[in-house]
Amino acid sequence: MESKILLPALSPTMEVGKIAKWFVKEGDTVASGDILAEIETDKAIMEFEAISDGVVEKLLVAENEEAIPVNSPIAIISGDDDTAGEEETSSEENVSIDLKETTISAVPEAPREKLGEDLSLENVSFKSQTVREALRDAMAEEMERDELVFLMGEEVAEYQGAYKVSQGLLDQFGSERVIDTPITEHGFTGLGVGAGFAGLRPIVEFMTFNFAMQAIDHIINSAGKTLYMSGGQMNCPIVFRGPNGAAARVAAQHSQDYAAWYSHIPGLKVIQPYSAADAKGLLKSAIRDPNPVVFLENEILYNRSFDVPELDEYTVPIGKAKIWKEGKDVTLVSFGIGMSHTLEAARELESIGVDAEIIDLRTLRPLDKDTVIESVKKTNRCVTIEEGFPVCSIGNHLSYLIMQEAFDWLDAPVICCTGKDVPMPYAANLEKLALVSVPEIVQAAKSVLYLEE
Amino acid sequence: MVKKSVNSKPKESKEELLKLYREMLLIRRFEEKSGQLYGMGLIGGFCHLYIGQEAVVVGLEAIAKDGDKRITAYRDHGHMLACGMDPNGVMAELTGREGGFSKGKGGSMHMFSKEKNFFGGHGIVGAQVPLGAGIAFADKYRGNKNVTFTYFGDGAANQGQIYETFNMASLWKIPVIFVIENNQYAMGTSIKRGSSTPDLYTRGLAFGIKGEMVDGMDVLAVSKAGKKAADICRKGQGPYILEMKTYRYRGHSMSDPAKYRTREEVQQVRKQQDPIDSLRDKMLKWKIASEDEFKDIDRDVKKIVNEASDFAQKSPEPDVSELYTDVYL
Repeated sequence: MESKILLPALSPTMEVGKIAKWFVKEGDTVASGDILAEIETDKAIMEFEAISDGVVEKLLVAENEEAIPVNSPIAIISGDDDTAGEEETSSEENVSIDLKETTISAVPEAPREKLGEDLSLENVSFKSQTVREALRDAMAEEMERDELVFLMGEEVAEYQGAYKVSQGLLDQFGSERVIDTPITEHGFTGLGVGAGFAGLRPIVEFMTFNFAMQAIDHIINSAGKTLYMSGGQMNCPIVFRGPNGAAARVAAQHSQDYAAWYSHIPGLKVIQPYSAADAKGLLKSAIRDPNPVVFLENEILYNRSFDVPELDEYTVPIGKAKIWKEGKDVTLVSFGIGMSHTLEAARELESIGVDAEIIDLRTLRPLDKDTVIESVKKTNRCVTIEEGFPVCSIGNHLSYLIMQEAFDWLDAPVICCTGKDVPMPYAANLEKLALVSVPEIVQAAKSVLYLEE
Repeated sequence: MVKKSVNSKPKESKEELLKLYREMLLIRRFEEKSGQLYGMGLIGGFCHLYIGQEAVVVGLEAIAKDGDKRITAYRDHGHMLACGMDPNGVMAELTGREGGFSKGKGGSMHMFSKEKNFFGGHGIVGAQVPLGAGIAFADKYRGNKNVTFTYFGDGAANQGQIYETFNMASLWKIPVIFVIENNQYAMGTSIKRGSSTPDLYTRGLAFGIKGEMVDGMDVLAVSKAGKKAADICRKGQGPYILEMKTYRYRGHSMSDPAKYRTREEVQQVRKQQDPIDSLRDKMLKWKIASEDEFKDIDRDVKKIVNEASDFAQKSPEPDVSELYTDVYL
C-alpha cells in the first residue's frame, strides 16, 4: 500500500522548509532508518529518515524548491506488505491537526485562595520567648507529632545550629532525623526535595538564604513546579528555612532579602514572620503543609522576645495577614524585620498625632490582598516597608494591587520604602544608609498625608 | 576497555527473553511513532527519542523489585514504558492532551507515575541525580530494602551536583544505583571533547563508590550487572555506579543537524550492535524462539503503538479550567 511522506516539522518553530538534497530516487528500496533527504530549515540542515520499509514510488518536490509548508506531501512510498500489521501506516495523512485556538477571552479566572482563621487567644496564657526558641519548639513539636519530619542542613546537629535554632534537637531525636550535611547546598537541597517526593517531610535549613542561590534550581524547578508538571500526582511537602536578609556588617553576598524572588514563583508558598508567636505558629503550619514552603527568618530577630501563647496546638494559618494595630490615618504594610522599623515609625507618627494602621503580611505567597485593600479603603493612604531591593519588590506588587482595586479610595500615590538599589556595603555608615530606616518611613507617611515638614 | 557482554546461552527462561525483546521493541516502535507525530506537528516543543538505548532500561527493569523507584532526565519515554506505564497515557502526554499522565501539563520531558514509582521525567540536566538520591534516602529512612535507579547521561556526568550527590550517597550509604547512560554524545559534544576522563564508571572512586562498565547494547549483560548492583544496595552496601555504554541513533532532540558524527558511524552501530536485532538473532541461533513468534510480537507491539497514537490524537486538549489546577495541593 502507498503512503505519502509529509514534510516533517523538525523544530518547535519550523513552518516551512526545503529539500536540500534527496538521498533516494524513484524506484529505490528503503529500509526504516535510511536517510531519505536533507531538509533545510531556518535553523539548520537536517537529515530525514524513513520510518518504515518500502519502495520510493514518486518524489513530489524537487531539490531546493523554496518554502514548502510543513505537513505537505514530499514523496510517495509504497509499503512493504511483508511487515505484519502495516495497514495503518498511511493513517497519518487523514489526521486533522487543527487544534482549537485558545483565545485570550477564554482564560479562566484564577481561583481565590482559601484562608484560614487565626485561633482565638481569649483566656490563653502567654510566655515570653525569643524567636529562636519559638522556631526550635515548632520543629520539636512537629517532629514529635510526625515521624516523617526530619531536619537536615549544615551544622544543624552536633554544632546545635549555626544560629542555635536547632539546639537540643539532636539529643531529642537522634542522628537519623537531625542530619548534618556537607557544605553542598545544591546537592542536599535536591536530596531533600527527592525525599519529599517520596513522602517524607524534610525541613532543609540554609545557614543563610544567600547560600540557597546555589540550590535555587531545586527550590523552584524541582520542588515548586513538579505538582503542576505531574498533573497533580507528585507533591513535595518540604520546608526551606533559615535566616534571610541583612544581619550586620556582613556585606553584599550575605545580606540579601529574597522575599520578592521566591514570591514570584507559582507553586511555592513564602512566609516571612516577625514575632515569635507567628514564627512558631507559621513554622508548624509550614511543616504540615503538603506544598513546598520557603520560610524566611532573620538573624537580628532571632534574639528578640515576644509573648507566645501557651497552647499545645498553636498554629497560624498560612496566607493570613495580621493587623498589628488598628488606625485611621495611613496604612503601613510590612513583614519580617521591616515590621520592627515600622512599629518604631508608628510610635513617632503617633507622637505627632498620626494614627497609623499597621499590617504584618506574615505570608507573602499566597498574599492576603483583602486585608490590605480593606485597610486602604479605610485610611486612603498607604506606605509599604521592606528591606529588599526596590525593583520588582513586594511593595511594587502591593502598589499595583491597590491601584487596581482601591484606586478611587486613594488620596495619595503609594510610597514603597525599601533597601537602596545597591549591593550591601560593608562600611558601617554606608550600610546604615543602604537599609530602610525609621526616618524614611516617617517621612513617607507624612508625604502621603501631605503633612508639612 | 572491557565491556561485559553475555555471549553464552543465558539462564533466563524463554518467556523472560521474549519479554525483554517485546519491551525493547515496544520502546523502539513507540519512539518511531513519536518521531512521526512530531514531524506532523502533533507533538510540540522538545522531544528526545530513546531509539538505540532500549536495552539499558529494559534490562534493569527486568531485575527491579516491587517498591523499587526510578527517576531520569528528559529522554524518558523508554523508562516510562519499561516500568509499565500505559503507552496511551504516555503518548497522550506527548500530544498535550487530557488523557496524558500529567493531564497534558508536563509534556515529553515531565511525566510521573506515583503508582509505578516513576519519579520523572526532569528537564534540567543533572537535577534528577540528587532527587534520586533523596528518593532512595526515603527508603533508607523507612528501613526497607528498596533501591532507586537514578539515570543520567554522559553529559550530566560533568555536572557539579552529581559529585555533591556521590559524596552524600556514599557517606550515608544510600541505596541508589547511579546508571550512567553513556550514549557518547552530550547533545552534539562527543565524550572525548567534553570529559577529561572518558571512563565514567570510575567517577565515584574518589567518594568510595564502586562502578563498572557494561555493554549497554546487550540487554542480558545489563540485567546481570543490574542485579549485582541492586543486591549490593539492598544489603546496605551501596551506592553503586553502572556505566552503560550505549548509543542513540537519532538526534539529541528532533532539531538536530547531526553534523557532529558521521552517517557511517550510526549505520555501523545499528548493523553490528542493535540491542533488539542482536537479542533476536541470538534467540534464533540458540533455537529458543522461532521467526513466527517474533512476528507475532511485532504485530502485537505495532497494534499497541497504533492504539496509543490514536488515543493520543483523539483525547481532547485539557479543559481550560485546568490552567489553574495543581499549582498547590
